[in-house]
Amino acid sequence: MKISREEVLRVAELAHLELSEAEAETYRGQLDSILEYVDELNEVDLSGVEPMAQVLFSADDAAQSNLREDVEKPCDAGTKLLNQAPEARKPYFRVPKVIDR
Amino acid sequence: MSAAANWTISSVRDALTAKKISARELTDDYFGRIERKNSELNAFLTLSKDRAYKQAAAVDGLVAKGSSLPRLVGVPIAVKDVLSTEGIRTTCGSKILENYIALYDATAIARLEAAGAVLLGKTNCDEFAMGSSNENSAYGPVQNPAAPGRVPGGSSGGSAAAVAANLAVVSLGTDTGGSIRQPGAYCGIPAMMPTYGRVSRYGLVAFASSLDRIGPFAQTVRDIAEVFSVIAGWDPNDSTCANVPLPDYTANLDKSVSGMRIGVPDEYFAAGLDLEVRTKVEAGIALLEKIGCKRVSIRLPHTDYAIATYYIIATAEASSNLARYDGVRYGLRTSAPTLSEMYRKTRRNGFGAEVKRRIMLGTYALSSGYYDAYYLRAQKVRSLIARDFAEAFSRVDAIITPTSPVPPFKLGERTADPLQMYLADIYTVTGSLAGLPAISVPCGKTSEKLPVGMQIVGPHFSEGRVLQIANAFEQAGGFAI
Repeated sequence: MKISREEVLRVAELAHLELSEAEAETYRGQLDSILEYVDELNEVDLSGVEPMAQVLFSADDAAQSNLREDVEKPCDAGTKLLNQAPEARKPYFRVPKVIDR
Repeated sequence: MSAAANWTISSVRDALTAKKISARELTDDYFGRIERKNSELNAFLTLSKDRAYKQAAAVDGLVAKGSSLPRLVGVPIAVKDVLSTEGIRTTCGSKILENYIALYDATAIARLEAAGAVLLGKTNCDEFAMGSSNENSAYGPVQNPAAPGRVPGGSSGGSAAAVAANLAVVSLGTDTGGSIRQPGAYCGIPAMMPTYGRVSRYGLVAFASSLDRIGPFAQTVRDIAEVFSVIAGWDPNDSTCANVPLPDYTANLDKSVSGMRIGVPDEYFAAGLDLEVRTKVEAGIALLEKIGCKRVSIRLPHTDYAIATYYIIATAEASSNLARYDGVRYGLRTSAPTLSEMYRKTRRNGFGAEVKRRIMLGTYALSSGYYDAYYLRAQKVRSLIARDFAEAFSRVDAIITPTSPVPPFKLGERTADPLQMYLADIYTVTGSLAGLPAISVPCGKTSEKLPVGMQIVGPHFSEGRVLQIANAFEQAGGFAI
């Protein structure tokens, strides 16, 4: 077994997902078979192989060719954004109390 | 004009120029088609009528004035609902964004409209583009217009179905591991994933940022090239968009492919490939040889590891990208007494089963103690997969493969086992991991009349050549082989 029920619940907590008992069991089985499958990557000889950090360029090329001038531009999206918020008290987003005094 | 007319970009332009139809009439005609067929197909989630008629009026104004007409003048288009549209809801196929109205337009859509295209609406897709059958949409599955009772493919199933059913002339989809090419193959139309970085992703809701791309569906390769020429090119609003010269992708379409070396990888014609799909794609390759291409046998030795590599990298990136849906700033919120409970309940109620599964897999792969074993290892194998292709392209101009190992399957047939669904992405995830451009073209039908797709993969930024081969194949009758 690659992943236990406790690990599934820990991962769900890290990902801020609430799971029912039944869901936890279903996901445990499914994640288990997927992780079992991806174990085949352990067969590959990776000595001296660098991880692929950029799809097309080295970071230097990207920096030279892709970045625009660092010019300040006005951004007036604030009000529009707050109008979409589930709960707002302008100019703030409102959330449940975080710290108890 | 006949309601059944099968329009192309150039026939729309000709009819508008000759004043045989107005953009308004054409727009009316397409909304009429959608009204008649969408309840059955479920290809569109939202229609953008006001915006479409406003654009049609502008087009008719240009025609009346005798102005020079832009490239996609009056062309009715549809876009996948993961692309942001100002003032129009953008759901990503998810309940968590059911009422989300984007504040700005994706660059790709803005460019299409600047070229005169008329946006009809937003198309159905797997939730956050995660799926290979369109069955993961919170708004119900899409029917395959080319194969009733079967999936249209995914995740861009609505965009493929809309074009295949003539509910739009062209459409945009997105491809992370095959989500443009596989639905194109399943619905029997050409569909292209460009090189990573060739099309701006500004305004695309992110799934896996090192893989996501935007590309077109159409009825003809020429129309793919037309749309691609409009959406490609550098955009200062996307730092991952490549600043490299932009050719006109229609310029070389009709040039001969004689002498082109096409690579056929052994690994893509091995166990797991449906026999009828194999026969059709072999016939497709034989046709390419007949028109002058030279077949070269090649090896892509790390192909077997591509699915595992892809599903680690894509889910890891997804778990990070989807952290933003927390009920604070936009989208669904489920109220709860504490902040952490609000996050957890919002995400429980807002996300579907596949999205949760991928978030958990990705979170696990990135979590302390597992990062080296999963994510880092996968990124190294990804280097080897990219290297396989680089070596192959030193010997060949393009690589030919099936797009999917199986023809379109029945709705509901594969939903029980996520891993089995993932495994069918084998021929498309490789090009995704390596950042390569690839087009799927129709390649005949099976004995049950199910569409088969053939994939043409090229080196980075070789879309012109890929389109040239695809067009030669279409002109030689390959679509109906």
